Amino acid sequence: MQLSPDETVFWQYGFFKLNATIAFTWGLMLMLAVGSKLITRKLSTELQRSRWQNLLEIIVTGIETQIEEVGIHHPRQYLGFLGTLFLFVASASLCTVIPGYEPPTSSLSTTTALALSVWVAVPLFGIEEQGLGGYLKSYVEPTVIMLPFNIISELSRTLALAVRLFGNMMSGAMIIGILITITPFIFPLVMMALGLLTGMVQAYIFFILATVYIAAATRTSEPKPAAKT
Amino acid sequence: MDSMTIIAVASIVTAGLTTGFGCLGPALGEGKAVATALTALAQQPDASATITRTLFVGLAMIESTAIYCFVVSMILIFANPFWNHVIAQTAGK
Repeated sequence: MQLSPDETVFWQYGFFKLNATIAFTWGLMLMLAVGSKLITRKLSTELQRSRWQNLLEIIVTGIETQIEEVGIHHPRQYLGFLGTLFLFVASASLCTVIPGYEPPTSSLSTTTALALSVWVAVPLFGIEEQGLGGYLKSYVEPTVIMLPFNIISELSRTLALAVRLFGNMMSGAMIIGILITITPFIFPLVMMALGLLTGMVQAYIFFILATVYIAAATRTSEPKPAAKT
Repeated sequence: MDSMTIIAVASIVTAGLTTGFGCLGPALGEGKAVATALTALAQQPDASATITRTLFVGLAMIESTAIYCFVVSMILIFANPFWNHVIAQTAGK
């Protein structure tokens, strides 16, 4: 029983391996990029617009609203990075309905790469917003004694992001695999539905945690007054 | 008992115990979290969006400890380095 799609190797040349993870990731990238390009070819601002444009608008404004609710005042700046995180993980999980497909996020390499990109992005956005001195000062925020703990917490939450997503995706695939050998036909379908649900929830969690980390790193001293009804 | 048997027995027992304890703690924690969230929802129904979102985020954080235990169990059963080492040794002999 294979633990991850890393073990299905299509082609190998010395050190470089083209395994199922990379192939499925390329497929997802192709689908997202080509799909968006096709839908946004003829954008209309009239009331009459195509269904697909409507769908994309719902998704994009939904993500923007979520980013704003976490406390980032200019969500447009981070919409590209955070929105892509959410869309990639969500579509990786949704495509499990296609037979023969293994979500690339069920491999520790993909989830580590995503977590590392968040780990790099948080200081980048923080320095962009607060300057190098301001951002480094946030590490000694309550007192100087907290400096090692802040650094450790930065590393551990990156690790937690990677392992959480990997664990959820891998467990979904593995449980379905095990159940098919025990009780075929009906029960694995229920577990597949549960797997889809947890996949979407984990995509949302990854996205919200990345947003919260970025909001914490770019938070200026005076927060804007919340104008909520 | 030779070392192969000891490794196998230890791996199997540890995998079972890890999953057992790993599901116990998070389940208790999540039950408490949902109960408190329901109380808060009953007291302030118009904050339901925020409460629901925070509840799901909190549940995912609690769930991740259960996932860590599950991953360790899976490693012990399916990708056990000690077992692979012992098997390679026996195959080589």
